[in-house]
Amino acid sequence: MEEKKNTAWAFLITAGLILTSILYYMTDVYYMYLIVYIWFGYAYGMMLQYGRFCFASASRDLFAAGVPRMAVGIMIALIFFSVIQAILAATNMSTFHAAPFGIHMLISGSVFGVGMVLAGGCASGSLYKVGEGNMTSLLAVVFGLCLGQAIFVDVGGIFNKLVPQSWVDSAHRTQAAIKAYQGIDIPINSWFDHYLVGYVWNQPQYTIAKLISGGQPDTIHYFVGNALINSIIPAIALLCVIYYFYNRKTFIKKKKKALKKQGLPEITGFKDELSGIWSMITASKRTSIMGVLVGITAGLHILTMAGMQKKFGVLNFGDLLKRMGHTADVSLKGTVFDPGYWYITSQEGQVGAWILEKFGWNMHDNMFFGYVNGLPELWRNPALWMSLGIVFGAMVMAKLQNEFKFKLPSPELIMWGFSGGLLMGFGSRPSLGCNIGGFFIRASGGDPNGWVYGTGMVLGAFIGVKFFNWWTERKMAKEMAAM
Amino acid sequence: MAMKFEKTGEGTYMLDVCGYVCPHPQIYCKKSLEKMEEGDKVEVVFDNPSSKETMIQMCEQAGHDILEQKTEGGKLILVIEKG
Repeated sequence: MEEKKNTAWAFLITAGLILTSILYYMTDVYYMYLIVYIWFGYAYGMMLQYGRFCFASASRDLFAAGVPRMAVGIMIALIFFSVIQAILAATNMSTFHAAPFGIHMLISGSVFGVGMVLAGGCASGSLYKVGEGNMTSLLAVVFGLCLGQAIFVDVGGIFNKLVPQSWVDSAHRTQAAIKAYQGIDIPINSWFDHYLVGYVWNQPQYTIAKLISGGQPDTIHYFVGNALINSIIPAIALLCVIYYFYNRKTFIKKKKKALKKQGLPEITGFKDELSGIWSMITASKRTSIMGVLVGITAGLHILTMAGMQKKFGVLNFGDLLKRMGHTADVSLKGTVFDPGYWYITSQEGQVGAWILEKFGWNMHDNMFFGYVNGLPELWRNPALWMSLGIVFGAMVMAKLQNEFKFKLPSPELIMWGFSGGLLMGFGSRPSLGCNIGGFFIRASGGDPNGWVYGTGMVLGAFIGVKFFNWWTERKMAKEMAAM
Repeated sequence: MAMKFEKTGEGTYMLDVCGYVCPHPQIYCKKSLEKMEEGDKVEVVFDNPSSKETMIQMCEQAGHDILEQKTEGGKLILVIEKG
């Protein structure tokens, strides 16, 4: 009975999204662009839930429980996605762009890493867990990723005093230049405005393909530089490192035991090591298969978005919003946040800013929303629909597997959800991305920045795990004392 | 909702981490096993589906045996024998 009810809910949610898509299409054909985001989000949500695909789990479970399942899944996804990204870049069908390179990625990643361990899920993981009925994750999303991010980029006052003078000077020089050449008076008010314009915009942006080609990459450079050097080799190297430190001992022990049973000499070789790596990859088929599918889907997403942009002759959904007369939705330069690929956090920051504006907080007077990303009404926010798609996709999958459970958090989990969410929000803004936009997309797109952010995430996760080990040990000690 | 780890008999334990989300169930499961003797059994009760795969792989890696896996009214139960 319960199973039938769950299946009915899954169909109902899907029907609701189909109806929503039809209504958007009937309103204006330009909303096809937004509909694409809905359904890719839906696909991501289903895959994330089915594969328990959470970037927090990758390093956290490795450090906390010695389990490499998720780290392996992510490396597989990265390998597949990098090849597809190379094909798309070589055929001029990619929407990917590198991000400013610098130490800020490492610091930002570390803060995010601590946050994702405390919150119990990364940015994408928290969304799919909301779809499973996990209200701790909802807290992390609403207070951290939505409101926390919005406030983080808008605060000034005393925080502006913490900004180096060189950033302030540089930001004002850029402000004057933009006013002279574009006639736009960019808002430089918050600490983040000074950081973004005075520091981040001055950092170099490159991919390995550009580096090895002297700035004029060709097909071979995308495959060798971006896919092979920046993604495949590091991913395989990491798989080998993980195998060596976490799986090898057990696997070789089992192998030797089996040889002894057969009366054969207990000698293992390179072939056995390869078998060990393969057994690690296939240990959780569910996660590994989803790794392949996530990689392929993320590639198809880029291809479809590039197709949409070519079809309508635009580079950003803001152009379509303007054509439809929604000029108040776009930023000073006429754009809205429209990554053109899988992305999580910026659109949630927009939700937070949208809510705060309803309470009278001016969110247009900063660079992040005012000049770069705009603040569209929620129902016209394309990337937000991707996030909602993830929640609904995960909900459908959880219902189909009878795993949906509405879970209210205890005071302890409220504390972790809230603090972890805030740290994730703070850790995803200076890097202009989270575990997806900061690490996954970039590492697979040839941008070495992705690995810098990923290293930060791992360091942060290590600190988070150390903290939780201490916390849980205390609670276990109490239980043991009561026995 | 609170974590409960109790002795239910000679060499048998029960760990209840219902209501907890990642990473708490897997960390508590690991810590419980650390407190037990080889051959002892623990029944782990949880309701966070994402923790299941991690706990199973953790046991496989560490040489613990999963004696039973079941679902009862939205709760997941693993019976583990420490190896």
